[in-house]
Amino acid sequence: MAKMGNLYDATKCTACRGCQVACKNWNQLPAVIEPFKGNYQTHESTNANTFTIVKFFEYDDVYGPKWYFCKHQCMHCEYPACVDVCPRKALYKNEWGAVLKDYQKCVGCQYCVYACPFEIPKYHKESDMVTKCTLCAERVEAGGIPACAKTCPTGALQFGERQELLAIARERVKYLRANGFPNATIYGEHELGGLNKLYILGDVPEKYGLPSEPKVSSITTFWQNIVQPWFGLLIPLALAGSAASFFTTRFLKARREQQEGGATHGTHN
Amino acid sequence: MTNHVIDLKNTDCALIIGSNAAENHPITMKWLTKAREERGAKIIHVDPRFTRTSAVADIYAPLRSGTDIPFIGGMIKYVLDNELYHRDYVAYYTNASFLVAEGYDFHDGLFSGYDPEKRQYDSSSWDYQKDAAGNPIRDMTLQHPRCVLQLMKKHYERYDIDTVCKVTGCPKDKYMEVLKTYCATGAPNKVGTIMYAMGTTQHTVGSQNVRAYAILQLLLGNVGRPGGGVNALRGENNVQGATDMALLFHIIPGYINSPMNTAAHKDLQAFLATETPSSGFKVNTPKWVVSLLKAWWGDSATRDNDFAYHYLPKRDASKNYSHIAMFEAMYEGKVDGLFIMGSNPVVGGPNANKEQAAMSKLKWLVSVDLWLNESAEFWSYKAWERPVKNPNVPQLKPTDIETEVFFLPAAGVYEKEGTASNTGRWMQYRWKGAEPVGESKPDLWIIDQIAKRVKKLYENSTLPQDEPIKNLTWGYGHGDEPEVELVGLEINGYYVDSGKPVESFANLRDDGSTTSGCWVYCGCMTTKPNGELDYKPKWRDNTDNSKTGLGLYSNWAWAWPLNRRIVYNRCSVQPDGVTPWPGDEDRVLIKWDPIAGAWVGDDVCDFNKTLAPDAPGGTNPFIMKPDGVGGLFATTTGMKDGPFPEHYEPWESPFKNVFSSQQNNPCIKIWEPDKQGTSDKYPIIGTTYRVVEHWQTGALTRNLPWLAELMPNMFVEMSEELARLKGIKNGQKVIVSTTRGDIEAVACVTKRIKPMVVNGKEVHQIGMVWHFGFKGYAVGDPANRLTPHVGDANTMIPEYKAWLCDVRRA
Repeated sequence: MAKMGNLYDATKCTACRGCQVACKNWNQLPAVIEPFKGNYQTHESTNANTFTIVKFFEYDDVYGPKWYFCKHQCMHCEYPACVDVCPRKALYKNEWGAVLKDYQKCVGCQYCVYACPFEIPKYHKESDMVTKCTLCAERVEAGGIPACAKTCPTGALQFGERQELLAIARERVKYLRANGFPNATIYGEHELGGLNKLYILGDVPEKYGLPSEPKVSSITTFWQNIVQPWFGLLIPLALAGSAASFFTTRFLKARREQQEGGATHGTHN
Repeated sequence: MTNHVIDLKNTDCALIIGSNAAENHPITMKWLTKAREERGAKIIHVDPRFTRTSAVADIYAPLRSGTDIPFIGGMIKYVLDNELYHRDYVAYYTNASFLVAEGYDFHDGLFSGYDPEKRQYDSSSWDYQKDAAGNPIRDMTLQHPRCVLQLMKKHYERYDIDTVCKVTGCPKDKYMEVLKTYCATGAPNKVGTIMYAMGTTQHTVGSQNVRAYAILQLLLGNVGRPGGGVNALRGENNVQGATDMALLFHIIPGYINSPMNTAAHKDLQAFLATETPSSGFKVNTPKWVVSLLKAWWGDSATRDNDFAYHYLPKRDASKNYSHIAMFEAMYEGKVDGLFIMGSNPVVGGPNANKEQAAMSKLKWLVSVDLWLNESAEFWSYKAWERPVKNPNVPQLKPTDIETEVFFLPAAGVYEKEGTASNTGRWMQYRWKGAEPVGESKPDLWIIDQIAKRVKKLYENSTLPQDEPIKNLTWGYGHGDEPEVELVGLEINGYYVDSGKPVESFANLRDDGSTTSGCWVYCGCMTTKPNGELDYKPKWRDNTDNSKTGLGLYSNWAWAWPLNRRIVYNRCSVQPDGVTPWPGDEDRVLIKWDPIAGAWVGDDVCDFNKTLAPDAPGGTNPFIMKPDGVGGLFATTTGMKDGPFPEHYEPWESPFKNVFSSQQNNPCIKIWEPDKQGTSDKYPIIGTTYRVVEHWQTGALTRNLPWLAELMPNMFVEMSEELARLKGIKNGQKVIVSTTRGDIEAVACVTKRIKPMVVNGKEVHQIGMVWHFGFKGYAVGDPANRLTPHVGDANTMIPEYKAWLCDVRRA
């Protein structure tokens, strides 16, 4: 099976958020009702019961206000850091590109949470597991398309073979650049060696809350190359292992918080 | 819509004004996106607020709420001054060339015939000059000083670009961009569409706002052609159907005026004589009325008893029965009982504090809904909680209210069968997807049961006044569930002798041999060769029958009238009936076939099928009008408040009207003069709207957790500048006040709303959603506790969209 993916055209999205509801409907995820905080975007980011979220970004320039929308969810990376760091090999990549998880194997260690360059997987306390978008693999393998793409009313979300989607994206970006979007770009073609969630953006990635050069942190690389090969040996040393994990987790979390503090979320006024 | 949703893909330019289409009609954006990609179409959004529609538009132009007429009036002037109008279209298909009677005049905001005592016009002078035979006199050169085009030019002389920008607050560069882009659709090979919704209509000049759009569209030759039209985006999935079936008080089904207790309506003959014009397609009114009476009273409606015309209730000509008037009467204790189905006035009614108080004076209330909504529980403690004590707002407790409330649980849309007429007039059948939950029942079942039981109460009565109920036909099957197709058959109409469906309204008769519950729907049902009923709303052929790819899909569902997908489609071809508009061959819908002697094409012709283009009336595409042409000038019976749209300020406005000394629409009825807020106390312009996540009063969506999650609380949007001025931070609670009440909401401080400079003065606008109430998962104060009880002069639609308020930190 060829590599499959979604193509999200931010210039066609009207932020109706039908994708968010369709995702919850298909995955039977409960509503996470938080009070309105002065922004249409009700959650900061994805959460354990919200696999996808449309983010809202407001800008002003000489021409007037701009309002950008961007759907965030698991990018289904070609070289997923979450798979690399998973000590139980619960996370894996399937043959057509979806990053999936064997829930039987997940122990809720959350290494994937901190390794993800897009901060997507989230810890689900009740089940002591980490959850995220599955690219609706079960729907796709049954001949369907992901719930989000199925429900999109404007044609902003498409599902198909990655190569074909890339061809569409290239044409579209060419058109956009010639028609008032000089900064239009494809996102996900080369980032991290390629993503199976492709984006057509009307402006630079940062303005859509996407890192222009996403990187897998050096800690993750260290974990992948040094710690993980010895993981089997660590298991008998349960106590030491827990201590190490506790330390690493805290360290990664602190690092993440530090990063977040510096980042500007255009959604805040 | 004159056109339909898919047809938006055929446009060269979409002017979205008074509508937030991307949020409230998301599917329209699919087709506009296609138009942009495939035709290079432009999307223009004109709105007080930068919305999700503005975000995907090519041009966003802000305007002060309530200034559509100056905005469009300036466009009309620009089109006329620069001769950008579609010359042939205007000359042949509109009344531009008609000479107006000498008595017509306009001076300082008032048209001829105004009576300040009655606050209404004697419109007899708004008429054409006629020749000896009674035909209007035309000047095809359009140069005569009394021709409509020249009078219009004179009328809009005052709407120059600088004045328009000064009044609307639209920056001049943006306005110029809109003028240049949209008015270019006057070229014969270009077609533009206007899409509007409640942002247009919910004003004291709401009907005239729509008139202004229609005038602009006619001047640019944009009506009756693919990609064009005056397109009301309907806010509810079946509001088109509800209107067709006479939801409104002033009509009976099929847009026929409802009878009044006047001499002109004293019997059927008098009624028909008054309501039937001497020309145009409405000359058939007697056939429609008699067929309607036959549908309702069957064998009891005979030629000898005026087809039971005396059974029809007659409304008091001196009274108004619209929403506001009804609740005012209720407030005065004049109404005993109220049925609420698919409505929630405690959230959705204007001046909701007053309407809620009015409901407490009812003896009984029946609420039919999926949920116990705010109106069903208007008597509860929670319903009377207010964020601040206000002496003008009644404070009641459940013990103060004697209204007996009945609640009937209703089935949801997927739990019942039937048709709904969408915004593009498509009558679509919907099959049941699931069984109703618990004891809930479809609306049709509820109405059927009530009617059957009421009829039973009267079955042995011998009183003449009980005959309308006793003799009312009510035959939708004998089982517990009424049969939907039998309702469809009654709406369509049947031959009295055979019981077979009438194929077209052309076959309806005024001799009692046919019935039709709503003539515009006649033709939605026929008989198949095998004798079975063919209910066309069930058609599901998903292929485009248009040879040029116009997306007509004529065999998918059925559109009234007679499956015409684009009305006035005679305009899609030149007056000669055979030549396409230059450069526009692909957008011809019908043309004259001289050999067949008929109009042929991919769409069903909205014209007399065999009337040749060179025959008298052969170039009159607007068949419903007595004169057969588009009305740039509205003659005597057209409008209550003038033949041309004229700007008047909203009832509450911080500004003096710069166009005339008439501050407000001179024909509006003012219910509560003491509640008119002034800008010294209430300096901010308030408006209300919807968001994509919730629907209407939110009864449906605020009870769905996934949607409650997306928009969890009541909020008010304001500019960063106003927030700074008032010391309000984003996400903080604020109080919004008007003379009618106060609400609490969360501040949404945004770059998307800007202060405006109007008449050289800075003014702030704030906007709020009206979806919220105290029930469900997502709760908040109803915005309509703030809105006034004042309505449009023609329709009485409330002025929800422009009023004065103030905002402060809670």
